[in-house]
Amino acid sequence: MSVIYILLAISIIVAVGFFIAFILAVKSGQYDDSYTPSVRMLFEDEIIKEESDKSILTKKD
Amino acid sequence: MEHRSCFHCGLDATSSEIIYDNKSFCCNGCKTVYEIFSENDLTCYYDLQEAPGATPKEVAGKYNFLENDKIVEQLLEFNSDDTKIVNLYIPHVHCSSCIWILENLNKLNAAVGSSIVNFGKKTVRITYNPQKITLKELVILLSSIGYEPYISLEDYSVGKKKTDRSLIYKLGVAGFAFGNVMFLSFPEYFEVGEYWLEQYKHLFRWLMFAYSLPVVFYSAQDYFISAYKGLKSKILNIDVPIALGAAVLFIRSSIEIMLDTGSGFFDSLTGLIFFLLVGKFFQQKTYSFLSFERDYKSYFPIGITKITSEGKEASIQVYDIKKGDRLLIRNEELIPVDCILIKGNARIDYSFVTGESKTVAKQSGDKLFAGGKQVEGNIEVDVLKSVEQSYLTQLWSNDVFKKDKASSFTTLTNRISKNFTITILLIALIATGYWLLNDSSKAINVFTAVLIIACPCAIALSAPFTFGNILRILGKKKFYLKNASVIEQLAKINTIIFDKTGTITSNKESSISYDGKTLSDSEETLLKSTLRGSNHPLSRSLYELLNGHDIVTLDDYREHTGKGIEAQYNDEYIKVGSAPFVGHTSDTATLNTTVHVSTNNQYKGKFTFYNAYRKGLSQLFNTLKKDYDLAILSGDNEGEKENLTKLLPSKTKLLFNQKPEDKLEYIEYHQSEGANVLMIGDGLNDAGALAQSNVGIAISENVNVFSPACDAILDASKFNELTNYLKISKSAIKIIKWSFALSFIYNIIGLYFAVTGQLAPVVAAILMPLSSISIVVFTTICTNSIGRKLE
Repeated sequence: MSVIYILLAISIIVAVGFFIAFILAVKSGQYDDSYTPSVRMLFEDEIIKEESDKSILTKKD
Repeated sequence: MEHRSCFHCGLDATSSEIIYDNKSFCCNGCKTVYEIFSENDLTCYYDLQEAPGATPKEVAGKYNFLENDKIVEQLLEFNSDDTKIVNLYIPHVHCSSCIWILENLNKLNAAVGSSIVNFGKKTVRITYNPQKITLKELVILLSSIGYEPYISLEDYSVGKKKTDRSLIYKLGVAGFAFGNVMFLSFPEYFEVGEYWLEQYKHLFRWLMFAYSLPVVFYSAQDYFISAYKGLKSKILNIDVPIALGAAVLFIRSSIEIMLDTGSGFFDSLTGLIFFLLVGKFFQQKTYSFLSFERDYKSYFPIGITKITSEGKEASIQVYDIKKGDRLLIRNEELIPVDCILIKGNARIDYSFVTGESKTVAKQSGDKLFAGGKQVEGNIEVDVLKSVEQSYLTQLWSNDVFKKDKASSFTTLTNRISKNFTITILLIALIATGYWLLNDSSKAINVFTAVLIIACPCAIALSAPFTFGNILRILGKKKFYLKNASVIEQLAKINTIIFDKTGTITSNKESSISYDGKTLSDSEETLLKSTLRGSNHPLSRSLYELLNGHDIVTLDDYREHTGKGIEAQYNDEYIKVGSAPFVGHTSDTATLNTTVHVSTNNQYKGKFTFYNAYRKGLSQLFNTLKKDYDLAILSGDNEGEKENLTKLLPSKTKLLFNQKPEDKLEYIEYHQSEGANVLMIGDGLNDAGALAQSNVGIAISENVNVFSPACDAILDASKFNELTNYLKISKSAIKIIKWSFALSFIYNIIGLYFAVTGQLAPVVAAILMPLSSISIVVFTTICTNSIGRKLE
């Protein structure tokens, strides 16, 4: 048993792993809206800054 | 007076004198929204963007149809006893503040679980608890903060619509396989005879084979299907040589590795499919916030209030309306069917239908057509026809709406592909014949090599990348095209037909002229003060026009719906309104909208409203007349004929009193004479003409609101740029022809290797991406330089 088989197996597993992650990402709708998340990620900071005495409401996606 | 703008919506608030919290507001509606936000610690809304809000509209009773469980059920995306999910379209969504406030809805009402905005589509997906809040209350909550959702008949039962993500999956699969195959084939490019490479190359090759299987059978399936369909209808489209090339690549490579005669072309195969799909993806630029497929359904409400025989109000679904029903149409509601006015004063805005912005007054007993919007109080009507049979909706039963324009049009790529495919097959046969005579062992290799190398990857990429880029450039210039084939169609146009109202005239501006006795200063002051109190659109525009005068507090003010207004200040008495109302009976029937004025029972004169033509109209027509036949089809009377003949080049055809069907037939007639027609219109009455024409462009003052089904939407502010846009479409075709020439050079180089029988996998693997990438670079540079010229 050569080391090449182990390396190939690992490379395929890693590649397939990322591929599955990609499929799941598309399926969950991540690619449907490519703009809003870029704006949304900037909000949380401002809320903490301005309303530090309030509880922060986090959204559950 | 110091200029102030509304803290909430940014409109002028100088004269409103509503001040709260040291901030000025233009109206109480805006102030109320601010109060709601400040009470709930949501003023962060105003930090993200200055004056982001909209004035909330009066919605009382408008959403009563949401009490009907059957209707609500059709709108929901997910429905269970303690959770419901609804996806609402909110036209006002326009900035980051909007996203922020809508995603913090649960601070305003704890019954809202979560809300997620899709900015591109202007929708918000709200999860809520139905035991604590109903959909109607939710919609009213949204309306109260200025985010009124738009619910139309089109939303009915489409809540479960699935988005098509197959292209992105296919692209992912191809990219994944392409990358891995490249890794595995890399060692063999150098043909190093090392011991371990010799030993393991079979394993590598079979792995490549395994990776290419999903590419051929999943990612590339559209090309095989399209080629098969093309052949079946005897058309050699571009997908035929692509499918042929891909099939030959796969079969030859599989045989090679089975017989151990070579490493195969799996790298080129997966690369080819990957690049083609990237091209397809690039071209698929869509404007998700625009809809090009609208029919009357997106204008019409879902539910309407019916008055039952016992005199009670009930919400019913629009499709359930029957002839003879009595309906209640509230202020700001759309009339969904043809009917007769029974009770109340109707003032109907037919701008959806005709593009005409002026409202029409109707008395009881008058017939009202579907598509009009009531703008003054509530009315009761008797139904004459059901939804499908009404005057306006009948237009959609015309065959022209069932025809798919894109499929009946042969694209430039497909026209070239026909000759290309025949040439390639000839070359392949000649070369095979030559090798059969000289070295028959090589013959089959040469045959397949020609088909592989000739696979028109670069040709197939030229059009998608050129058009995709042009679509983006035009989109930035506020000219939104439905798809790439519209550009090709635009380049072939030779006749341009315009609608009049709303297309070459502007709805926003109207010019007003006064004739009669000159008004004294005190009379003008009185007139302006009187108009100030009225919300009638004509009063508003006249008020804006009159020069600055002091506003006096009137002693007496009365508004007579559908007639006019009267007011008194000290001993002066004024009447403003229709001719009979002010006591002016000798008015010669003019075709234009007029407002008459009398003071102290003495007739003074009239203000006449004209539609203002768009700026640069005359110049635009004069530039266009050199290359195109021009015509104007108007649904209106001939009141403007004289004006138009003066304004436009003499050979422009002017036709008035055109019904929607007339417009459609006029275009059909010209097409049968060989004309390629571009129709430019705006209202629903142009929908038939827009569908029948080769390219239909809808003009829109605000692209976020409604426009009929069309091929392209043009922002009204860019109307006079039309000539440039037509020029760009022609340049785009030129660029594609040049890039075809470029890719033919690559093909000739490749064919040299192929016919001489020395096509090594590494040559194919270099040539294929090289040609594709250089084509992409070439088209990108060319289209961008055109885009720069436009500025």
